[in-house]
Amino acid sequence: MSNLLLRLDGLTKVYPGVVANKDVTFDIGTGEVHALLGENGAGKSTLVKMIYGLVKPDHGHMVMNDMRFAPNEPREARVAGVGMVFQHFSLFDALNVVENIALGIELPPNQRVLADQIIQISKEYGLPLDPSKTVGNLSAGERQRVEIIRCLLQKPKLLIMDEPTSVLTPHEVDGLFQTLRKLKSQGTSILYISHKLDEIRALCDRATILRRGKKIATCVPSEKSTRELAEMMVGTSFEAPKKKKKVFGDVTLEVSNLSLRSENPFGTSLKSVSLAVRSGEILGIGGVAGNGQDELLSALSGEVRVVNSMITLKGQPIGQKPSGFRRAEGFFCAPEERLGHAAAPNMSLIDNVLITGCEKQALAKYGLLDWQRTRRFADQIIADFDVRTDSSTNAARSLSGGNLQKFVIGREVLQKPDVFVVNQPTWGVDAAAAAAIRQSLIDLASAGSAVLIISQDLDELLEISDRFAALNAGALSDFKDTVDLSLDEIGLMMGGAQNVEAVL
Amino acid sequence: MDLSSISPVLLIASLIVSATPIILAALGETVVEKAGVLNLGVEGMMITGAVVGFAVAINTENPLFGFLCAAIAASLLSLIFGILTQYLLSNQVATGLGLTMVGLGLSSLIGKPYEGMKSVTLGRLEIPFLSDIPIFGTMLFSHDIVVYFSIILVALTAGFLKYSRLGLVLRAVGESHDAAHALGYKVIRIRLLAIMFGGACSGLGGAYISLVRVPQWTEGMTAGVGWIALAIVVFASWKPWRVLIGAYLFGGVTVLQLNLQAAGISIPVEYLSMSPYLITIAVLVLISVRGGQSAPASLGRSFHALS
Amino acid sequence: MIRLEKRASPSIMLTVATPVLAVVLTMLAGGLMFTLLGKPPFETIKIIFWDPLFHPDFSSYTRPQLLVKAGPLILIAIGLSMGFRAGIWNIGAEGQYIVGAISGAAIGLAFYPLESRLIFPVMIIAGALGGFIWAMIPAILRTRFGTNEILVSLMLVYVAEAMLASVSQGALKNPDGMGFPGSRNLNQYSSSANHEIIANSGMHWGVITAFISVIFAYFLLTRHLWGFHIRLTGEAPRAARFAGINSARIVVLCLGFSGLLAGMAGLFEVTGPAGQITTDFNTGYGFTAIIVAFLGRLNPAGILLAGLLMALTYIGGELAQLMLGLPRASIQLFQGMLLFFLLATDLLTNYRFRIRRLE
Repeated sequence: MSNLLLRLDGLTKVYPGVVANKDVTFDIGTGEVHALLGENGAGKSTLVKMIYGLVKPDHGHMVMNDMRFAPNEPREARVAGVGMVFQHFSLFDALNVVENIALGIELPPNQRVLADQIIQISKEYGLPLDPSKTVGNLSAGERQRVEIIRCLLQKPKLLIMDEPTSVLTPHEVDGLFQTLRKLKSQGTSILYISHKLDEIRALCDRATILRRGKKIATCVPSEKSTRELAEMMVGTSFEAPKKKKKVFGDVTLEVSNLSLRSENPFGTSLKSVSLAVRSGEILGIGGVAGNGQDELLSALSGEVRVVNSMITLKGQPIGQKPSGFRRAEGFFCAPEERLGHAAAPNMSLIDNVLITGCEKQALAKYGLLDWQRTRRFADQIIADFDVRTDSSTNAARSLSGGNLQKFVIGREVLQKPDVFVVNQPTWGVDAAAAAAIRQSLIDLASAGSAVLIISQDLDELLEISDRFAALNAGALSDFKDTVDLSLDEIGLMMGGAQNVEAVL
Repeated sequence: MDLSSISPVLLIASLIVSATPIILAALGETVVEKAGVLNLGVEGMMITGAVVGFAVAINTENPLFGFLCAAIAASLLSLIFGILTQYLLSNQVATGLGLTMVGLGLSSLIGKPYEGMKSVTLGRLEIPFLSDIPIFGTMLFSHDIVVYFSIILVALTAGFLKYSRLGLVLRAVGESHDAAHALGYKVIRIRLLAIMFGGACSGLGGAYISLVRVPQWTEGMTAGVGWIALAIVVFASWKPWRVLIGAYLFGGVTVLQLNLQAAGISIPVEYLSMSPYLITIAVLVLISVRGGQSAPASLGRSFHALS
Repeated sequence: MIRLEKRASPSIMLTVATPVLAVVLTMLAGGLMFTLLGKPPFETIKIIFWDPLFHPDFSSYTRPQLLVKAGPLILIAIGLSMGFRAGIWNIGAEGQYIVGAISGAAIGLAFYPLESRLIFPVMIIAGALGGFIWAMIPAILRTRFGTNEILVSLMLVYVAEAMLASVSQGALKNPDGMGFPGSRNLNQYSSSANHEIIANSGMHWGVITAFISVIFAYFLLTRHLWGFHIRLTGEAPRAARFAGINSARIVVLCLGFSGLLAGMAGLFEVTGPAGQITTDFNTGYGFTAIIVAFLGRLNPAGILLAGLLMALTYIGGELAQLMLGLPRASIQLFQGMLLFFLLATDLLTNYRFRIRRLE
């Protein structure tokens, strides 16, 4: 019954230093729900950008309904019948639902007519939404509905959904699935990007799996086990690292029932997070971005203060203490965003050292800055971490992503922290730099530090962490020794199952 | 002290006249700020409008034409601000202040030959029936055309922002210029248009002072009313109808305290003349306490398209 | 198609060259303006820029005037530049200047007719405190309530002017002044007078303080942790938070510092060149200093030069008014143009133009 809607043939896209997609070929039929599966960095978003006209492929072509399809910009894709619901919504908070939708449509009818249309669609597809509400006041699930309705108003033939359930409650997920099934029954095709294996098996007809830019396979997910799917995603070269059971020291950092409301209205609040890291140990926390990682890091770094007893360092409660105090005590953090958060883009690398180096490196006695010492430290970081730049006087923005990341991590590592927490250590970093960073983290732990890594990169976490848990919607699953971890367990943890044993 | 010497009818009438330049300037600046641009040069644009309007009215004996030229002149001046901030990405605060300086200097130069002259001014409109109502007739319905125009402009602007497509896009640009750009809207073009509209309105407001309220030309005659207009924009939470209310309130307090001074009230003159400003500060604080999230999110930030 | 591309690092060469370029462009535009006004362009420019410094007949008189005018401008601008660097916009320096003058003068007049070497220093402290407190109002309103400091500090200028009018005619009025408004002459009351260090050089204590403040600011910005905090807050607020900088403290520090300096400037002016508290002794230094701060690119050395340059345009402008009949307002226009050209050329330090062929 399904005719071919869209065929992708040999799509390739290369960026300087990284091959985003290589020779990807598959097709999507009319009325088919097709999953696009893969870990972060697998090439899913680049592929989808090509379909939506945000990016032009270097090689290969696309055919839609027997006609050559090569959109130059999103508008052309929309006209051809492609709609996209982004993972990070591009909505205007101060405007209401009708206004937001009107802005995203080519020639909108007047607001009253549009409001009626919105109500009609919301009823038809089970997406309850009040057109007059201000978007800023909507929950994440409701905001997603605005995006979906905006797409549906254009009557798309293909609806692309990027990690749609990462911000939804289980109840909302059910609602979304009903909507998608209805669309499918009307002949709309859906390209469903996700890494949540159980959802894909429940919803999708077929799945294409990408890994490191290449297509691994196209299969029928309901015919495969979670394990088989995870294996294809992560690669059979994955072996549980042969780690000897190390002997760890005392618990250096302990987090007890950390509950925190996110400052960001669209952030994720933390729900009773508990963990303990011992010296010499590397703890890994996995999970797709937007599940509370930033909030966790803010609480640990001291940017956001919590109840004193929620965070304990070497036995001392520090939840209320400022960042400077924590650093002086040997507790360092590295946030996800390099430019603007971990480093000031327009200031020199020497200046940037001062951001976290003041206390422990004694760079400012009685407030007087010791520039010589600061410069020496900056130069040392550049030398030890192979940061490619000709001078520490260069501005942080002049460094490539990988080099800046090496610098930022090196800045903390060289201060010999007792505890080091890092959020997305190798995100957007080229392979060589990523390897160097991972090695430095391993070395840090071997030297006795307690290390906590928060990352979306499963490979990385499984490779270097001793214990692993998943952060999902602000709640942390139980920690399991990585050595013993099976792919089924990983898949389930990432998908939100709190108590893995109970499910298995 | 003779409070009975204060006539409520005249009070309200003069309040309206006093508030009209503020309404015009603040309305223009509201549109500008709604689009995400902070233009502190309102004072400079107003005084430019005042001098140009006056000069043209004297030379052509046509005050309405004077108003038109005032709007055009101030709009051109605002264009310089627009080019500097939108294309050359200059700091908006500094550029706005520079605009004020240039406006003040330019207007003094242009106005030199016209000091002390009297211009033809606008007549009071005689609206059939309404103007003849006792008390209210004098108070509300015997004003010049610009007063009514300002109120109509408030209504049009409110409608434009809320209901029109361009108004919606303008608001979107002011909230998130990156998202608007991603949707394909021309951020810089829209902001430039808003800036020029703001300039035109400020020019009209300034011309009103030199052609109707005083009416004469003196150097520096706007005396800080441009800054008041800026405060009124915040006071009004960037909503056109509230600008009207705010301007009338401020005008009311100003005129009232002047009348009280004249009536010989025992409160020292200086405290009275401080009162409008202190009240404005108090209201600004109140607004921020209640949650001043109504400012357009991109206000004051330069837009540089990353592509 | 011409496109703007951000440079990897700000170009140092252009950071120095652009103000010079801006001055040259302003002279060109100014020359054009003078021609339109019917004045000979080259001669006018010479009178404005060259004669006050070097003219054999009267430059010995005008040179000291340069320092008199530049002193308060530099002093206030130094204070403002700290805040501006951190994104804190103190537009009400004029009000802090006035309140400083009033506070200092009040203390001094309270001591009258006592003579003592201690009186003047105490007045300076009082003036600084007055300006400080006046600046604390917007500071506290911003840190406690999030109220925008631009508007609050500005409104307070009007309040300060009203206070000035009040005290000139009331509390501080000269009992021996034959009914005229205005206080006693502070520069004739020797304990309170702001004497010149070197006679006829124009260098009164205010000028000295201005120079000290330049050195202090340079030191603070480049050698002290607080200076780094201020710079980081303006450059990357999120990184500042990550570093543990308390943003409320920065607001209070910057506004307080600028209020302090503006207050002192007011005190020096009213005990020196202006001589007494009158309803209109304030000549807009608080606003002009904002321009000076930007002209000097918020850099202490730059502000020193910019203040001198601005003062030069004032003095030169007066000369041109006298000698050529150039309208005074044209100088204000000239100064505004200078700022505009600087803002326009500023772009070049951080961005470069790329001409791209359309595909």
